[in-house]
Amino acid sequence: MELNGAEILVQSLKQENVDIVFGYPGGAVLNIYDAIYAQNYVNHILVRHEQAASHAADGYARTSGKPGVVLVTSGPGLTNAVTGIATAFMDSIPMVVFSGQVATQFIGNDAFQEVDSVGITRPCVKHNFLVKDVKDLAETIKRAFHIATTGRPGPVLIDLPKDVTVATTEFKYPQKVDIRSYNPTIKGHSGQIKRALKMIKQSKRPIVYSGGGAVIDNASKELREFVSKLNLPITQTLMGLGAFPASGEQFVGMLGMHGTYESNMAMHDSDLIIAIGARFDDRITGKLDKFAPYAKVVHIDIDPSSIAKNIPVDIPIVGSVTDVLTEFLGLMAKNDYSPNPTDLENWWNQINQWRAVDSLAYKKDDSIIKPQYVIEMLHKVTEGKAIVTSDVGQHQMWAAQYYHFDQPRQWINSGGLGTMGFGLPAAMGAKLASPESDVACITGEGSIQMMLQELSTMLQYQTPVKVVNLNNRYLGMVRQWQEFFFENRYSMSYMDALPDFVKLAESYGHVGMQIEKPADVEGALIEAFKMKDRTVFMDFLTDQKENVFPMIASGAAHNEMLLAGRDEMKSTHDDGMSLV
Amino acid sequence: MKATLTILLENEAGALSRVAGLFSARGYNIESLCVAPTEDPTMSRMTLVTSGGEQVIEQIVKQLNKLIDVVKLQELTDGLHVERELMLVKVITDESLRGELLRLAQIFRGNIVDVASDCYTIEITGSSDKLTAFLEALPQGSILEVARSGEVGLARGSRSLKL
Repeated sequence: MELNGAEILVQSLKQENVDIVFGYPGGAVLNIYDAIYAQNYVNHILVRHEQAASHAADGYARTSGKPGVVLVTSGPGLTNAVTGIATAFMDSIPMVVFSGQVATQFIGNDAFQEVDSVGITRPCVKHNFLVKDVKDLAETIKRAFHIATTGRPGPVLIDLPKDVTVATTEFKYPQKVDIRSYNPTIKGHSGQIKRALKMIKQSKRPIVYSGGGAVIDNASKELREFVSKLNLPITQTLMGLGAFPASGEQFVGMLGMHGTYESNMAMHDSDLIIAIGARFDDRITGKLDKFAPYAKVVHIDIDPSSIAKNIPVDIPIVGSVTDVLTEFLGLMAKNDYSPNPTDLENWWNQINQWRAVDSLAYKKDDSIIKPQYVIEMLHKVTEGKAIVTSDVGQHQMWAAQYYHFDQPRQWINSGGLGTMGFGLPAAMGAKLASPESDVACITGEGSIQMMLQELSTMLQYQTPVKVVNLNNRYLGMVRQWQEFFFENRYSMSYMDALPDFVKLAESYGHVGMQIEKPADVEGALIEAFKMKDRTVFMDFLTDQKENVFPMIASGAAHNEMLLAGRDEMKSTHDDGMSLV
Repeated sequence: MKATLTILLENEAGALSRVAGLFSARGYNIESLCVAPTEDPTMSRMTLVTSGGEQVIEQIVKQLNKLIDVVKLQELTDGLHVERELMLVKVITDESLRGELLRLAQIFRGNIVDVASDCYTIEITGSSDKLTAFLEALPQGSILEVARSGEVGLARGSRSLKL
């Protein structure tokens, strides 16, 4: 059957089982929107800003495990979407972005709404394509979905000139895809796998350090089995939370800059780190030459370039996390690879002493709302079962520390790029992916104002989300650093002239609440979550001076952590000032 | 440490800029870069000379392999290999210099490919070191301009980058 490019695009989406697209129309994509109008399989969500399209598709992908799909027009449509594309790229989220482009004869001509989309996105996509011939379109879409969803996932962009959407050709969607230059290693090297298990058996102070890879690869079941069988302590990165349950007895908390005392001390003192789908990012390692000085490292990752990038690795295993852990479990069923029980017991005793420090303790207050308390109450009211998205800053860290995620894909945040504005559109995407779940967006008055307009989209498509705004009238994380490292010079971190969020929410057709007293926190949350079909904006006026603890100041080692109310916040080391 | 990488690349628009963009984005050096189609018109071959510590070179190789357009890659400096570079040098001549320039070109197995009343253009191939040595051997102030191709190389023996 002869179809035009726009129809081929829509039919191809159907072939890929895509039933939801986040987008915004414009000149270059009008033919595509006409093809969307003519069918009823692919639902289109009309966002209010293209950045929200890519964040919402991202939130949808993180929740469902399916690729998020974005459709934007040329020029500003695409440039607006770039922040969301880069966010997905940093966190390895599968996404396919279609951008309109000026007609092929105008490319390079500085035509109206023309931008070099392939050039602009090149550093922040896994791959991109410019389709110049409609005959290549179906094949390109097939390749794009394949690349986006396999190996280490990531966003793939297809740039579509307007004339290509009009031109016609015979449509046949390829059943198979073969890219000669792209063949990710899935199965881990069996010799390396055996060596890794032997190293675990010989270790005295092992720790499992797992990251986003375990979530992305749906390796939660295997990870839980591996850790509990060997009774190893496990810490997780910001991106990895939930793959192993926070309530699990082996879990020692998140690690890194705002990780728990026990996790960072255990990393520092360990003699073997088993890294699983994590990438030793600078927020985890701190200063590299002080990081885990006694540890050997086993590193499992599907991306070879993540291995030995920042720190030397003793046993690299390239492969899918699920596959390698399954191999581990198979070998463990035949042989005992448990470390010496006395050594392990001593190690657990040490870790439990660190746990007793209770590094997440904070000062409760009857008159002013502590942000940590709001998160604890949110956990209580939602029975720990909500999907929680966040923006970026202090509230993000508190959410990670105090919500205690027990399931993978329950915690959705921009870890790598740290994109303010992510939370609200991501919550909308999450709700569309999982309509039965309660979805909460933990945010602050700074972040929420970056994507506020999406309250309108959320009304149009009835995606009820509970917005938990931790409003301290400051860009909290900036303020915290200025307090610690810049002698309280609060340059541009105070937000004056805030809107009345209650009226604002109401004007968008939602429910608004303002909560000023600690005693009202739980009640407000209960009331909000009772309104199943309404978006509720809860504006919590929180302690302006609260800081995120524990903290490893940049330039410091993991055993030089600072604890709330117990340590004077010293200025960071001189070399730390340039280390962010 | 200098490393010479030979890369089979999809012969597609944008493939070269992906490689170049990777180097600039991650702060790697490119000392020379030479790219042209191969006997298989769907592929180009790129020879890239870079430098850095062992860990950096390892990352460069891994990052290049991650590019979808990179079909195959080999680090030539890992084993025995031949490397050649082509250079054209335009030198100012006068009566008194012509004989010496001719002799120098012969010593370096170069050819004179263009002659004008006041200049010669000398073509010379060899390792990069040899070309540099030739430039240094030329009489001071005689060089008008230099064009170098950057190195190309192949592994010795039957070791090859075939698909």
